Parts: sequence; C-alpha cells; structure tokens
Amino acid sequence: MKTLIYTSALGLICLLVEMVNLRKFVVPICITGLIAIFGLNIMDWGGNQAYYNGMVVIDNYSVAFSALLIVLAIFILILSANFYKNEESRLSDYLAILIFTLCGALALVSFGNLAMFFLGIEVLSISLYILAGSKKKDVRSNEAGMKYFLMGSFASGILLFGIALIYGELGTFDLQQIANYGASTHHTVMYYAGIALILVALLFKVSAVPFHFWAPDVYEGSPTLIMLTMASMAKIAAFAAFYRLFSTCFNDGYTPAMFAWIFSAVTALTITVGNFTALNQDSFKRMLAFSGISHAGYLMIGIMCYYGKTDNAILFYSIAYGISSVAAFAVAIVVSSNMGSDKIEAFNGLAKRKPFLAGALTIAMLSMAGIPPFAGFFAKYYIFSEAIKNGHVPITVIAVINSIVAVYYYFKVIFAMYTKESSELPVSIKPSYSFVIGFCILLVLLIGIMPGYFAGLL
Amino acid sequence: MLLLGVLFFPLVAAAIVFLAGNRQAKFVALGLGLVEFVASVLLKRHFTHGGLAPITFTHEWIFNPNISFALSVDGLALVLILLTTFLVPLIVLTTINKEIDNAKSFYSLILLMQFALVGVFAASDGFLFYIFWELALIPIYFIALLWGEGGDKEFRNRAIFKFFVYTLAGSLFMLLGFIWLYQKAGSFDVNTLYGINLPVSQQTWVFFAILVAFAIKIPIFPLHTWQPDTYKEAPAAGSMLLAGIMLKMGLYGLLRWLLPIAPQAVTAYTPIVIVFTVIGIIYGSVIAIKQADLKKLIAYSSLAHVGLIAAGIFSLTREGFEGATIQMISHGINVVALFFAVEIISQRTGTMDISKLGGIRNIAPKFATCFMIVVLAAVALPTTNSFIGEFLLLYGVYEYNTWLSVIAGLTIILGAVYMLRMYQNVMLGEATELTFSFADLNWSELAVFVPVIIAIFVLGVYPKPVLTMIQPALDNILNYSLR
Repeated sequence: MKTLIYTSALGLICLLVEMVNLRKFVVPICITGLIAIFGLNIMDWGGNQAYYNGMVVIDNYSVAFSALLIVLAIFILILSANFYKNEESRLSDYLAILIFTLCGALALVSFGNLAMFFLGIEVLSISLYILAGSKKKDVRSNEAGMKYFLMGSFASGILLFGIALIYGELGTFDLQQIANYGASTHHTVMYYAGIALILVALLFKVSAVPFHFWAPDVYEGSPTLIMLTMASMAKIAAFAAFYRLFSTCFNDGYTPAMFAWIFSAVTALTITVGNFTALNQDSFKRMLAFSGISHAGYLMIGIMCYYGKTDNAILFYSIAYGISSVAAFAVAIVVSSNMGSDKIEAFNGLAKRKPFLAGALTIAMLSMAGIPPFAGFFAKYYIFSEAIKNGHVPITVIAVINSIVAVYYYFKVIFAMYTKESSELPVSIKPSYSFVIGFCILLVLLIGIMPGYFAGLL
Repeated sequence: MLLLGVLFFPLVAAAIVFLAGNRQAKFVALGLGLVEFVASVLLKRHFTHGGLAPITFTHEWIFNPNISFALSVDGLALVLILLTTFLVPLIVLTTINKEIDNAKSFYSLILLMQFALVGVFAASDGFLFYIFWELALIPIYFIALLWGEGGDKEFRNRAIFKFFVYTLAGSLFMLLGFIWLYQKAGSFDVNTLYGINLPVSQQTWVFFAILVAFAIKIPIFPLHTWQPDTYKEAPAAGSMLLAGIMLKMGLYGLLRWLLPIAPQAVTAYTPIVIVFTVIGIIYGSVIAIKQADLKKLIAYSSLAHVGLIAAGIFSLTREGFEGATIQMISHGINVVALFFAVEIISQRTGTMDISKLGGIRNIAPKFATCFMIVVLAAVALPTTNSFIGEFLLLYGVYEYNTWLSVIAGLTIILGAVYMLRMYQNVMLGEATELTFSFADLNWSELAVFVPVIIAIFVLGVYPKPVLTMIQPALDNILNYSLR
C-alpha cells in the first residue's frame, strides 16, 4: 500500500519540481525516490495484508512483481535523461507520466477488487496513450498515440462490460467473494459471458493473437523508450494482473475446463504468429515488437495453466524477459541515434566499432532465444516444465518448435554485427547507457547461473 | 578437488588467454592446454589408485527444480576427458605457424569450448549435462563463423547457421525429454534416472526426444546434412574440434543418457536405428569416393566412421560398446591428424582440389611418411588404433545380425578405396605446378604428428589398459540397457 501511495506522491513531486525550477535535479530525485520506494516495497515481504476493505491486497506475489516493475522503471528513467535531451522543457512532464504509468502497473499487481483492477488498467493505459504520442512533431508518434487510444479505449469498454456482468450476477466486486461464489456449483451464462469479456480485454492488453494487431504499429510509431515501457513494464503488469485475477476468482472446478480450449488456441496462435511474422522484418524495432508478441505467447502458457500455481514460472519469465528487453532496447537506442535508422542493417559491423555493445546485444539475444546459461533459458525451462506438469504436451512441442524458429531472427542481428562490413560512422555512447546495459547483462548472467534464488520465491 | 580443477581450469585459462593479448595468445593457450592435460593425467592416476570406482563431486546448485552440480567421472568419462585434454593442445599447436586475426578471442573460445566439453563428459546430472551441451555450441559457432576459410561469405553464414539450428533443434527436444523424466523421477541424477521404470509407451517418447539430439550431433543418416558444409567452411581448428571431440558428445550421450534410461524402447526401435546407421556408413563411404575436395572427403569419411560407432553402440553388446569407446578415441585422434595434413597441403599449395595435387612424396618425405601412417590408421590396418576399434565394432554388430555386419564391413574396403586413392593422387605421381616447391614439415608440425603417431601405435598394439579402465562403466550401462 505504501508503495502505491509513495509512487503517486513521487509523480506529483516530479511535477512540482518543474514549478520551483529544479529541472536539473529531476532525474536524480526520481531515481532516488524510486530506490527508496523499492526498499519500502521489499519490507512488505512476508506480510499478507488487505487495505481499504480489500481494495488492495499486499502479499508476496504483489511485492515481487512490484519490485520487478520498480526496477524496470528505474532503468527506463536512467535512459530517459538522454533520450529527451532535445526537449528539456518537457522532461519533467514525461517523467511524471512515466511514474504514473508505474502507479497503474503497481495497482495492477496488488488489486483485491475489480474496481481497483479497472482503475489500474486505466491509469496505466491513459499514461501510455500520452507517452506513445510524446514526440509531438513526429507524425508517426502522433499516429501511434491515436491508434493506441482508439483501440485501448475500446478494450477498456469491453472490460468494463465484463465486470458489469459479473457484478450484475453476484452483486460484488470483491475478488474473494467472487471466488466463493465460483466454488458453489451454480453458474449462469451471464457469469461466463462476463469472464469471456474480461478475458478478451486482457488478451488485448497483453497483445495476444488474435487481439495483437495494434501492437506492431503502435510500437513502431512510439519513441523507442516508450516502446520499451510498453513491451516490458506494461506487458508484465498486465500478465501479473491476468494471473492474479484468474487464479483468485475463476479457479474453481468448472471454469478452467470451460475456457481451456480458448486458452490453448490463443497460446498456440500467439507464439506461432508472433514468431513467423518476426522472421520477415527488416526493422529491428518491429522485429522486437513481434518477438514480444511471441514472448507473450510463452507467458500465456503460464496463464493457461493458472489453475496449477504457475506464479513462480510467470515471475521468472517476466524477470528474464524484462531485463533482456531493457538491454536490447538500450543498445537499439544507441545504435539508432547514431546511425539514424532502425533497420537491422544499422547494426552491420557493430562488433568492430563497439565490441561492448555488440557483446551485450548478443547476450540479450541469446537470452531471449533461450540458450543456456542465460536467464531466458531458465525462464523457458520453468514455463515448459509447468506446461508438461499440467498436461499440455502438444502446446509444449509447438513452443519448442517456435523457439527454434526464433533463433533465426535473433541471429540475423548477431550476423549483422559480426559478419557484415561496417560503415565508418563513429558510435558514441553515454555513460548512463553503458551502466544500464552492463548492469542488465550482469543480471542476465547471474540469474542464469543461479536461477534457484528467483525460481521459488512465491 | 582435482576433478573440479580439471573442469574449471580451461575456463580460467580462457580468461588468461584473453587478457594475454593477441601476440602472446597462442603460446599461453598452448602452455595452459598442456597444464590441463597433465592435470587430467593426474586424475587418471588418482583413478587407478583408488580402484575403479568413479570420482564424484556433488554440490547443491538449484533447489527448484532439484538440480545439483554433480560430477561423476568413471572410466568411460575419463577416457573421453583425456581425449579432449590431449587433443586441445594439439589443435592449438596446429595453428602455431599461422597469423590469426583477433587471436586472443580465437584461443579463448577454444579453451571455453574445452571447458564445456569436459563438463559434458563429467556431468552426472541430466540438467547440468544439458547446460554444458549447449554451452559447447556457442564457442564453436563463433569459431566457425568468424574465422571460417571458405571463399563465399554468404554461403559460410548459411552453412554455419544451418549447423547451429540443427543442433539447437535437436537439443531442445532433448530438454523436453529431460523435463518429462524429471516430472516422473523428481531428480535429474543419472542413477535415479537409470532406476525409473517407465511404461513402454512413455519410454518411446523419451527415447525419440533424446535420440534426435544425439543423432544430429553424431550425425546419423539422414540427419547429417549440416555436417559436410560445416566442416568445409569452418577453419581447420574448428573442423578438428567438431569432428575430433564434439561429435563424441553425441556418442557418449547415447551410452550414458539414452540406452540405460529407456531400455525397452531402445530394444524395440534398435532394428530401425541400426539400419539407418549402416546406411550412413555406406552412404558416407560412397560419397567420399566421389569427392574432389580433400576436406569434404575427410568429412564424408568421418560420417562413415561414426556411423559404424553408432551401429556398434546400438548392437547392445559388450564388444560393440568397447569397440565404440576405443574407436571414439581413435577416430578423434586420426581425424585431427587428417585435417591437419589437409591444412598443411592447402596452406602450401592454396588448393584442396585433389586433381590439382600430386608428387608431394618425393619433395617432402617426412610429411609423406606421417601422412601415410595416419591414412593407414584411418583405413584400420592391423597394429593401428582403428583396427582394434573397428574389429570390436564389427564383432558387436555381427552378434546382433550377421547380414548387417557384412554390409557394415564394407566400410573397411570402401575406406581403403577412397583413402588410398586420395593418397595416391595427392602424394605420388608427378609434381604439379602447385606442389613442386612443397616445403617439408617443420618442427612444430612434426610435434603434432609425433604424439599422434605414438598414440596410434600404442593404442593399436596394447589397448588393454583402456579396456580395463572402461570395463566397469560399460558393464554398468549394459546391465541397465538390457533390462
């Protein structure tokens, strides 16, 4: 609870700092604040408390995911200082909105009530609509913001409709009471229709196939840093909420079986479509967007088995995916700002000019492709082993085949960096970027070598 | 503790070589490789003194899932570790006269690969085995890709990538197989896995999932298509690592991680698999006869040889297992020497085209003698190492099925055809314009051939110490495989 309140306060402070002309210090203030909030958050570990009549429930699940989201936010903040250097007057606005995005994400991992859940999704989404369009003079950024807003508000409407149906049936928003109702055998069509609508809205938010069509366009148009926010922070928060909602509320003897086919089909489609579309992309950003969709598919395996306590696997996958994404995107920002292009050709010969960047991106790609001993490998391992444990061998085989396909496009970048001729343009890199990239790569290695410390947290 | 030293020393060595800088890298790598070899020989002494019980080390590593950092070196594993530590310094020595770009990365990748290879052979936890298995892939991928020698860069990229995807695809299915076993047994420990009795239908799935990984790495026909181009495009040292040591991972995997775990499925499907291995033998030999390119000829001959080793393993007889182990060592040693001979020829004449060569024997007698001995070893002449190996292998296959062994036996005849014909065309006859100024072996090159030739004859005349050492390990595996 403290986490959520202090984060909101930090967002406000960020706006106030602008008024008293302390713009220079706004980034350090935010980072210090978030580190302090991270510490406060960790102190809640082990407790299991409900606040405000169960609106917010702080348990280990929410603490773990909050910690991950705050860490990702800190990385993004460090990167934004340079990213927005040409629009200094706007900097504190962006940072404030970024912190509000984090607020929405935090609410999404700690809600105990459907109202809070909806609030979280809306705070997260509205902040992201603004951020997607934050490059005011760039047409594509405007387009991305508009598209995201139209699609997103439509999905929010569907979500609200689903929540309304559940409320109409049960007369409550409280997760625990809904769960109690589910345990009784009496289910009506309205109840299932409500679940189905909520499901659709959530699938939209996590960009699962067939509700993924918005993601590549929005991602490509948005500034790269915002794309990172959407692909890591927002997606992880949405998945955490997805699991929390379904495993608490709809975890009775009937509902999982009722929706099993939908989950299986969506999962198989998401992994496959994302992967096969990523094969043909020549823009690095778009490739990451589609690979992000297929990663959502792997996470969907965890969601699909929500009746079998897969929270550990989902958390681990989120950590590995989030951190590898930060490293990959940070390198992409450096390269595209130096070369002025998002194409994969922009990476040609990077290994000769900046071995550090090339090495870091190689490790990030190997981790995303799931090759040991990097973090992404164990992430896939835990997900696969949950799937097999819960009896989804065919889906696991599809996922494995897709992991092989994925190697193709991740290695396209590695090929470009190591075997292609380089252009002579010098590549300069800010110390803050080196720090974030180096730190993330270190984490990817450490988590890969000692996964046990992160695998059994919950 | 010595075991841990032998495992981790190459990793430390890789870091030292990287820090030593480009100029010193090769000498430092050679020195550290020799230290590693001495350490592994000490390991063998430790082993013979303490009876034939395996040397083990276990440390809890990951508690969820239950994975321990468990090493267990029995006779079989030790023989392969010795092969690795013997060949790596030799491979480094083969490159000592050569100027290599970015040498520190090249040599530290070779040592990194040695670390992974020793790990593969020493691991007694299935998951640890898998991690080392994959770890071995990354260095060889970069070695082949970045220091490859083929003319056409695009073609090389494609060939090496095909190799990578093939092996990765196989090993992911192996991972699925291991996860499945873990769900049933609650542990990845090799002895626990030997002890589980799955129903035959489940064994079948596990068998095929794990077999794919090994069959691609070995490679068994028809999963071999990555191999010739990869050998051709990789630098000589890379081909030596691949053919000399890396494909032994697959053969070793069959023995250690497949046969004893899914015995009934093995018995049920052996007739199919063994026929494929025999097809591979004939196929490799016939294509080798037609090759005009020296390096590809060696690649296809290697396909035939490992086909016979795999056939011996699948014969599920003691002789087959013994022959397979002896032949793994022999083939490892011989193929490295053959690739080195090809490398010498191609460096001095600039070609690997057999038809453009000839008459080297008169100009370079030392090289001709060394090459002759290696060629004779490759065609399994009695008193050479391959003779023992192939004899035992064919004996094993004979016990399994007479007709199969007759067909598999053709490999010796066909091998003589392509190897001797190659030698005749390359070394005898009139010198051509490319070969008339062929320089004979220098000291460092001789220093590669001498240990190889000693090993060829020692193993060919007196293989008993090796056979005694591997006996208990093979008996154990055989007992579990014939349940």
